[in-house]
Amino acid sequence: MIGRRPSVAVIAFPGSNDDHDAEWALSALGARTQRVWHAEAELPNVGAVVLPGGFSYGDYLRCGALARFSPVMQAVARFAADGGLVLGICNGFQILCEAGLLPGVLLPNDSLSFVCRDVEVTVTNGETPFTARCDEGDSLTIPVKHGEGRWFADGALYDEVRRRHQIVLRYGDDDTNGSSGRVAGVCNADRNVFGLMPHPEHAVDPLLGSGDGALILASMLDAARVPFAAAV
Amino acid sequence: MKATVLVRPKAGILDPQGEAVQSSLRQLGFEVTDARVGRLVDLEVDTADPHEARAQLERMCEQLLANPLIESFEIEVTGAA
Repeated sequence: MIGRRPSVAVIAFPGSNDDHDAEWALSALGARTQRVWHAEAELPNVGAVVLPGGFSYGDYLRCGALARFSPVMQAVARFAADGGLVLGICNGFQILCEAGLLPGVLLPNDSLSFVCRDVEVTVTNGETPFTARCDEGDSLTIPVKHGEGRWFADGALYDEVRRRHQIVLRYGDDDTNGSSGRVAGVCNADRNVFGLMPHPEHAVDPLLGSGDGALILASMLDAARVPFAAAV
Repeated sequence: MKATVLVRPKAGILDPQGEAVQSSLRQLGFEVTDARVGRLVDLEVDTADPHEARAQLERMCEQLLANPLIESFEIEVTGAA
C-alpha cells in the first residue's frame, strides 16, 4: 500500500487559525486532507490527525483547557489509544497537554513577550513517526509564534519523560520561552502522539525561509501511508 | 450556594506575570518583595447543601478550573445564592 495518498484530518476549533496553512502544507506534500469541525463526534477514516495552531476558545482559562472538552476530542483520544498518529502544533500541543494525551503543560513565556521568529531546534529523538526523516542531532529551522510556549514538567515528570526518550525536539538557545530543558516538542510513551510549539506547516518551502518543517510533516505522512492494522 | 474558587500558581512555579507586577509596584515606590498572580472564579452552584456544593467544586477544580501540575486551589463556600 506504500504510495497511496495518505489522508489526514485537520481539526478546526473555534479560534483555530492555522488550519488552512496545515491543510495547504500537507496537500503540497501529497496528502489528502479533510477539515473536521470540533463539534463532530466521529473522525473520518484517516491515517493521521492534526490539531492546528490558533487560539481555540480565545485561550480562556488556560490555553487548550476548553478545547479539550470539544466532542471531537473524545474521538481523537480513542484514535490515539488505538495507535493513530496525532500531531499537535502550537495551540494543538497545548490542547494535547491539557487533555492528558501528552505530558506537561504550556505556560506563559518567561519573557512575557510574544515570540515570533525562526528558531533552531535540535532533533533529540529521530525514531518517532514524526522525525523518521531526521537523524538525532539534526538542527532544523522552523518558526515559532506564541505567547504561552514554556513547556513545564516538574522534576519527577521531567526525568520520566527524558528517560523514556519522549523529548523529541529542543530549542538551540535558552531565550525562546524558558521551557524546562529547552523542550520544544514531546511525544507520548507510545510515540504516536507528538506536540511541538514550532510550526512545521510554515516551513515547507525554502522560498519562505526554510523547508525543514516538511521533514516532520513528511515523516508523519510516510507513517500514515501504512494501513493502520498493519502498523500495530 | 455561592462560592469563590481561588487558583494560585504552585510554589516554585515561575510566575512571570507576578514578577512583572512586582517590578511595576516597585517602580511606583512600594517595597514589594514578592508578587504572585492567580485567578478568582465566582460561582453559583444549584444546591442548598454546602457540603454537596464543596464536593462538586472540588471536582470542578480537579477537572477544569485548575491544572494540578502547576496550580493549587482553595474553595470558599460563601452562603446561599
